[in-house]
Amino acid sequence: MIEAVGLTKRYGDKTAVYNLSFQVRPGSVTGFLGPNGSGKSTTMRMILGLDNPSAGQVTIGGYPYRKLPNAPRQVGALLDAKAVHGGRHARNHLLCLAQLSGIPARRVDEVLGVVGLQDVARKRSKGFSLGMGQRLGIAAALLGDPQVLLFDEPVNGLDPEGILWVRNLMKSLAAEGRTVFVSSHLMSEMALTADHLIVIGRGQMLADMSIGDFISHNSADFARVRTPDTDPQQREKLTAALTEAGGQVLPEQDGALRVTGLPLPRISDLAHGADVRLWELSPHQASLEEAYMRMTQGAVDYRSTIDQRAGLQQELQPGMMPPQQMPVPGQGQPGWYAPPPPQQGGQPFAMPQGQPPAGPYGAPAAPGGGEPNPYAQAAPARPSAAPELTKPEDAR
Amino acid sequence: MIELEGLTKRYGEKMAVNHLTFAVRPGIVTGFLGPNGAGKSTTMRMMLGLDRPTAGDVRIDGQHYDRLKDPLKYIGALLDAKGMHGGRSAFNHLLCLAQSNGIPRSRVHEVLDTVGLTAVARKKAKGFSLGMGQRLGIAGALLGDPRILMFDEPVNGLDPEGIHWIRNLMKSLAAQGRTVFVSSHLMSEMALTADHLVVIGQGRLLADTSMADFIQRNSRSYVRIRSPQRERLLDVLYGAGITVVETDGGTLEVDGGKPERIGELAAQHQIVLHELSPQQASLEEAFMRLTAESVEYHAHADPSLADPSLAGTPSPSAPPPPSGGQGRQAWGSDWKKG
Amino acid sequence: MAATQVVRSEWTKIRSVASTVWTLSLAAVVTIALGMLISLLSKNEFDTMSRQDRLSFDPTFISFAGMSLGQLAMIVFGVLVVSNEYSTGMIRTSLAAVPQRGTFLFSKIAVATGLAFVVALATSFVAFFLGQAMLGSHRASIGDPGVLRAVIGGGLYMTLIAVFSMGVATMLRSPMLSLGILMPFFFLISAILGNVDATKKIGRYLPDQAGNKIMQVVTPVDDDTPYGPWGGLGIMVLWVVVAVAGGYALLKKRDA
Repeated sequence: MIEAVGLTKRYGDKTAVYNLSFQVRPGSVTGFLGPNGSGKSTTMRMILGLDNPSAGQVTIGGYPYRKLPNAPRQVGALLDAKAVHGGRHARNHLLCLAQLSGIPARRVDEVLGVVGLQDVARKRSKGFSLGMGQRLGIAAALLGDPQVLLFDEPVNGLDPEGILWVRNLMKSLAAEGRTVFVSSHLMSEMALTADHLIVIGRGQMLADMSIGDFISHNSADFARVRTPDTDPQQREKLTAALTEAGGQVLPEQDGALRVTGLPLPRISDLAHGADVRLWELSPHQASLEEAYMRMTQGAVDYRSTIDQRAGLQQELQPGMMPPQQMPVPGQGQPGWYAPPPPQQGGQPFAMPQGQPPAGPYGAPAAPGGGEPNPYAQAAPARPSAAPELTKPEDAR
Repeated sequence: MIELEGLTKRYGEKMAVNHLTFAVRPGIVTGFLGPNGAGKSTTMRMMLGLDRPTAGDVRIDGQHYDRLKDPLKYIGALLDAKGMHGGRSAFNHLLCLAQSNGIPRSRVHEVLDTVGLTAVARKKAKGFSLGMGQRLGIAGALLGDPRILMFDEPVNGLDPEGIHWIRNLMKSLAAQGRTVFVSSHLMSEMALTADHLVVIGQGRLLADTSMADFIQRNSRSYVRIRSPQRERLLDVLYGAGITVVETDGGTLEVDGGKPERIGELAAQHQIVLHELSPQQASLEEAFMRLTAESVEYHAHADPSLADPSLAGTPSPSAPPPPSGGQGRQAWGSDWKKG
Repeated sequence: MAATQVVRSEWTKIRSVASTVWTLSLAAVVTIALGMLISLLSKNEFDTMSRQDRLSFDPTFISFAGMSLGQLAMIVFGVLVVSNEYSTGMIRTSLAAVPQRGTFLFSKIAVATGLAFVVALATSFVAFFLGQAMLGSHRASIGDPGVLRAVIGGGLYMTLIAVFSMGVATMLRSPMLSLGILMPFFFLISAILGNVDATKKIGRYLPDQAGNKIMQVVTPVDDDTPYGPWGGLGIMVLWVVVAVAGGYALLKKRDA
């Protein structure tokens, strides 16, 4: 159990972390999310007693880290895979750590086996790839068989097999009743791993809730409905019936319909009533990424903008698009966000070809003011692109 | 367009890349996948003329890399975020690259703006976080407004906003007709970004196929059905010779079934469906199945953790329940008691 | 690819890192300051010198005495210019931008050499005039026979030391390894070889000892060196050419 009460950290004028209070409970994987510069690392460092809070306190099992009896046996942490003496063998690195906290050497070989580094145990860690360094860091975190585990970006540099392994490792550690606290930028990974989320932005708490709640609080679920391709009239009929019943219907690129505001059985009944056959009726939950993006708007540090490419007039090969402005969505303006792709590898939601630019996404209610809308003539292949550029004042 | 023809690289006894032949086409995002040590980086380095192939050939728009005049105008690459001098400012880093290829100075400002680093353009790169370094690397790749772009692990160190941005950037570059070639270990990210996949393992080509085909061929797909008239539906499906699996939650699953056919059957027999959803395994699962043989550093504690078959747990919507508690309990508990 | 583009790019590279400024200014300051100090000491000791030493007294050469230490900073400059690319990983970015490795290397060396030459020549002139000022009545004049040649030669000598270091660093890639070989070589080994009679004949064909000759105006009484000032510089140039050619051959061949 990790408990923070009014945790605050100031660096001179800048407040990195402000008045954070939360609990990380045992038995589940708690994800720790936030944009770059939101104070995640600072918080992690204060939990581990590396930085002193300016105000408030954070305890592990009731003690501040520095007063924790036999801390290495209680808390294991992976903060930075590079915090290893490069000239030392992997095994010796762990052995040093083990000896510091009175852990038998046998355990070192055990954890090396656990992370799959037994074959390179005698190699200098200098020659390690990022992924191998990460495995070594995880081995060090597991060394004391601790009750509380902290991981900062644990899958960094790992290959797919390693990512899967880390994910299952964290889940099984939590299932044993340990406290597992993981920070990551990979929303899709977090969605698969974490049970509970703590989200901070600009050093302040934005959310502390279960992952399911988080997604449903911050986004809308929808249904994907497909009618027989052979009979386009059925699609129109269904669209009319659903709209009449109060649902919002948006067409998808592959001809399916995206329906929000109506439960699945109701859609089924309406289809039945309109005498429309269904080829697909599937429930979709919005992605964690979408929910997260909605929540953290305005708490982002380095914003990207579209590529002007004014300095370069390169001739493009025939068949290529003329060098128009490149639409780069990603700036979370309220409302721009297209719902997530309906399936793995699917196309992002897009308006059908030939939709006039004055469609719902073509003429946004620009909150940025009178900027010309660069997407009015954007490449037709990407009509769903962000309607709004980053507001310059957001880029710090 | 990048074309590889029998590309081979040998380091002493070890074949890092073994006779690779494939083409990366314009207009789509091509994902480049493989376990660690599969030869991805070596292949990318040979594409850029950094490593010399032992045998075979790579051509960029039909030419050898070192024959390209001002190569940054043809192909921009992000190989690793560390490919810069930490003591140089972001602006100067890009400026020296621009000058070497005759790219105007104004373009440097543009790409800095594109990646969102204008505010720190005069700061030294060594103070940059991994994510900022990554953005600077991406700026370098965009500098020559090239028709071919190559990204090695582009989302490394980026925060969710940055990940989202680079994903859409890559898609829009492809939509403009450019060739986009991306390597990544993040299957979930790849699933959202790539249209086509090239998969290698132990230096050999394992797959060169569209994303949809890849998943279909390497994993189980099924249709999930819920209906208030479950018994009648079962009868109808049985009558049509369709094998149905009943699950705990009261839903039905039809392996490899076509939702269209089931939908038509239900309509014919006036059966109400509350769900009719085609389910596909994740890219990750498909990838794991394909490459299970060619992984270099296997982690293992208790079998439930490392067994790649665990990856084969279907239904992406219902992740496998955590398992293997007992095996873990044994760790260290023996010495703790003593 | 126009070489001028690459040269411009290399100029941006070299002016935008701090190590350029501090290595070159250290080279200048050390050479000048130490030269002044030794010139001052020599002036004070002149009266107690033996007749033979007085006959060999070379005020020009003495004012360049600081170069023995100042050249070490030049070595660091030459090594860092090249090996920075490797130690930071910039090399992959650079070679992807300029795949013609010959153009890349020679543009880099040309820019660094040009810069080193300007600094070295200025250092040499300043060291000469300030050194002569310290020597008081024993001083030489820039108009004396051979003196101008020696002063310009001093600039050439320091430049060539830097270029030699660039060649070696291109071959070795690692800054630590390159400095670990070059520093003791020029500071210790060369001096030892040159001062022990048995090895003197070999020692004087080493780049620094041969190159030194260009800065001598008064030939020591018992000197039996088989080459003159320009001959010595020629020997040094040969060394430099070999080092750079070796670096080019390796860069061309090897994976980046």
